[in-house]
Amino acid sequence: MATFTLNVNGAARQVTLEPDAPLLYVLRNDLELNGPKFGCGLAQCGACSVLVDGKEVRSCVTPVSAVAKSRITTIEGLGTLDKLHPLQRAFIEEQACQCGFCGSGMVMAAKALLDRNPAPTNHEIRQALNGHLCRCASHTRIVRAVQRAAKELRA
Amino acid sequence: MSTSRRDFLKTGGALVVGFTLVPRLAGAQPARLPGSLNGNRRLDAWIAIEPNGRVTIFTGKIELGQGIGTALSQIAADELDVELARIDVVHGDTACTPNEGQTAGSLSVEQSGTAVRFACAEARHILLSAAASKLGAPATELKVSDGTVAAPGGASVTYWDLASAADFKREASAKVTPKPASARKWVGKSVGRRDIPKKFTGGAAYVQDLRLPRMLFGRVVRPPSPGATLTAVDEGAVKRLPGVVAVVRDGNFLAVAAEREEQAIRARETLKRTAKWTETASLEPSGDALFRHLMSATAPAHTVVDKTSPIAATPAKTLEAVYTRPYQCHASLGPSCAVAQWQEGALTVWTHSQGVFPLRADLAKAFAIDAKRIRCIHAEGAGCYGHNGADDVALDAALLARAVDGRPVKVQWMRDDEFQWEPYGSAMVMKLAGGVDAQGHVVAWSHEVWSHPHSTRPGSSSGVSLLAARHLAGASPPPPPNDVPQPAGGSDRNAVPLYEFSSVKVVKHFIVDAPLRTSALRTLGGYANVFAAESFVDELAAAAGVDPVEFRLRHLKDPRARAVVEAAARRAGWQPRGGGGPRLRGPHAQGSGFAYSRYKNLACYCATAAEVEVERATGRVRVTRVVAAVDAGQIVNPDGVVNQIEGGVIQSASWTLKEAVGFDRTRVTTRSWADYPILRFDEVPDVEVVLLDQPNERFLGVGEGSQGPAVAAIANAIAHATGTRLRALPFTPERVKQALSAKG
Ligand code: FES
Ligand code: FES
Repeated sequence: MATFTLNVNGAARQVTLEPDAPLLYVLRNDLELNGPKFGCGLAQCGACSVLVDGKEVRSCVTPVSAVAKSRITTIEGLGTLDKLHPLQRAFIEEQACQCGFCGSGMVMAAKALLDRNPAPTNHEIRQALNGHLCRCASHTRIVRAVQRAAKELRA
Repeated sequence: MSTSRRDFLKTGGALVVGFTLVPRLAGAQPARLPGSLNGNRRLDAWIAIEPNGRVTIFTGKIELGQGIGTALSQIAADELDVELARIDVVHGDTACTPNEGQTAGSLSVEQSGTAVRFACAEARHILLSAAASKLGAPATELKVSDGTVAAPGGASVTYWDLASAADFKREASAKVTPKPASARKWVGKSVGRRDIPKKFTGGAAYVQDLRLPRMLFGRVVRPPSPGATLTAVDEGAVKRLPGVVAVVRDGNFLAVAAEREEQAIRARETLKRTAKWTETASLEPSGDALFRHLMSATAPAHTVVDKTSPIAATPAKTLEAVYTRPYQCHASLGPSCAVAQWQEGALTVWTHSQGVFPLRADLAKAFAIDAKRIRCIHAEGAGCYGHNGADDVALDAALLARAVDGRPVKVQWMRDDEFQWEPYGSAMVMKLAGGVDAQGHVVAWSHEVWSHPHSTRPGSSSGVSLLAARHLAGASPPPPPNDVPQPAGGSDRNAVPLYEFSSVKVVKHFIVDAPLRTSALRTLGGYANVFAAESFVDELAAAAGVDPVEFRLRHLKDPRARAVVEAAARRAGWQPRGGGGPRLRGPHAQGSGFAYSRYKNLACYCATAAEVEVERATGRVRVTRVVAAVDAGQIVNPDGVVNQIEGGVIQSASWTLKEAVGFDRTRVTTRSWADYPILRFDEVPDVEVVLLDQPNERFLGVGEGSQGPAVAAIANAIAHATGTRLRALPFTPERVKQALSAKG
């Protein structure tokens, strides 16, 4: 067991656990964040994606010890119901999901994309999200939502 | 709502409930009531007016991202004259909602929506009568605005003031006529789904997000193959691992609970590595041999329809073709999950099951206790598209929870559990034969289908359908499967043509003995039957030298069917063609295809036109555009319908181009997304949906409407592009390439 002070959504959070515990379970169970989801545990689906120092990372295969000194951002760190981030607003306005289980990972991947490319083409959005699975097949709405958010962020 | 009922909702405790929502009238046969009101006849089973200005709607149908909660709130808001924001919806809870069986078959709006509409219309009537006596004005002169009832003189009273005076503890009469379409404010409007905002802000939206005090994390260790037997396992070693609280071994059922989730996963890995099993080759042959095996299975031929006509003209041309569909997965993005807790001999389960009452019935049988001692509470899971592992994991969690002294246990299946053990959509064979006369009319049509069961859900009168029940030492046999009867049909769903063919025969071979567990996957047999039938319609059209759209219209009388076909063709910019038609050559062959079906022959009408590109060198098929025209009767939430149809088209394209469960004679070899690729962002088509609203017609289910037409339109487009007819799903690059080169 080891104690880590993690920087999650701008706050310092202390956890005591095995250093190789995957970040996903620390976020979900110790810090009670619902955003990142377990989909496969194999880095194949993107449901668990969070940002680590601004880059998209699959938290299901990332040991907590590897991110102890980094800035970790989950969808909870983007905005809240009362103060939505433009990406959250866009996904809600485009009704860009059915079950929504893929949604948090999609939003975080889109955040990483828009941070490096504020005006992506549809093709670039599709490429950036290609490693993310959506079984309900909300893909076209998700692309529209990212475009809508990009527009708002540029304005 | 009674205090106790509201407290159930708040505390979620394991309360033993003694009341029934279905009063049985001795002797007399009660009058038939509309929708699910018929089986849940009390008004207060459906609606409660709260003194605090809220309205609660209770439904037995559960939310699975299809937007049923939002649709029901729209219906209720209209009938009651209240704002949408005042309405809360409680889904599937055996302690306090109506029992509406399964949330399946695209029936939720038809069944629950109809019930809510009549219940709310009647509730409003009761409230108005109470208001009338309070205000001293005739009910007919009262006006309601957002729950405030005003008399002509200006005096007013609110629903919330009347909550105690209005008596809903009575049987619904369904005698109050709901509002006409013209008086509706919410129904017919695209309103944002109520479940979405929390899903994008980290709210607790799913059963996976449920956290209870002292909760443990559980994992199951399934056998390596369906025919395997557990011979040895060192439980003691695993019990000593950090955090492990219990290891449950019962027959071939093996599971572990731990303080932390990653500890449970680690313990599962250790158990997997060290447990000894003997395996047997219990599965069917795979590849093409599977289909020969199905066709030779000893299952009685059951004639579904025999309208062969002796006076039908002799065909000028006849054709015969065999189509196949492999086993396919629901493959929910989030594996199945449940939380269970035992307290004083009573069990509470939080579940994303599609039917909390049938699940409760199976759990009661599995534990041999009274169903009244079990409460099943719905919480959303990842999208499920039918009967997946949701019910099974509930039993897993309950078995683990029984071993840990009152502590709640959350069990989450791992990805390989889900791929290997969810009930699959059955492999199927469809043999079509038919002929056209010299004028290009179908004068002979026969559709023969071979299939395993499509509905082995919980809630059967005998046996336990839950997976772990077959692994326990005192194993309960699974219930004998039944096929869903016509007209909806199961294995033969959509096998009966709705075209005016002068001679029709439909036969099914229902193969009960299924070594791989099969059950309801979106459309049951509909996807494969529409694939076969609508491909064969195109084959006959080509034989007759008639344009596929024209050929369909020629055989369709129902004006609503004709309307969707015409609307899809128009939006797609369909170019009429004769026979095989012109095709573009070059490295990419391009083509377009058309298909039509009415889901279940009873629900929504849907016609699709697909455009594809086939890379001839690799056999890679890209679906570039799909147009779908839909008549779903009266539409509650247009954007919700579009969402369902779009999702159905793309999911169907994924099944069609990519998906098949892999297995050998012993084991399922599909374990991860690497073994079971699905359509990705760079492969999804653009989808355009045309809605033909019918505000004065009844609701027609839409959730499964586009799955069948989409696969057939894609198959027909590939045939158009390449001149080669593909009859075996999925259309993987290898298969397409092989078919193209076989043709030379
Ligand atoms: S859960 Fe991490 S990628 Fe699937
Ligand atoms: S919306 Fe269900 S997986 Fe994407």
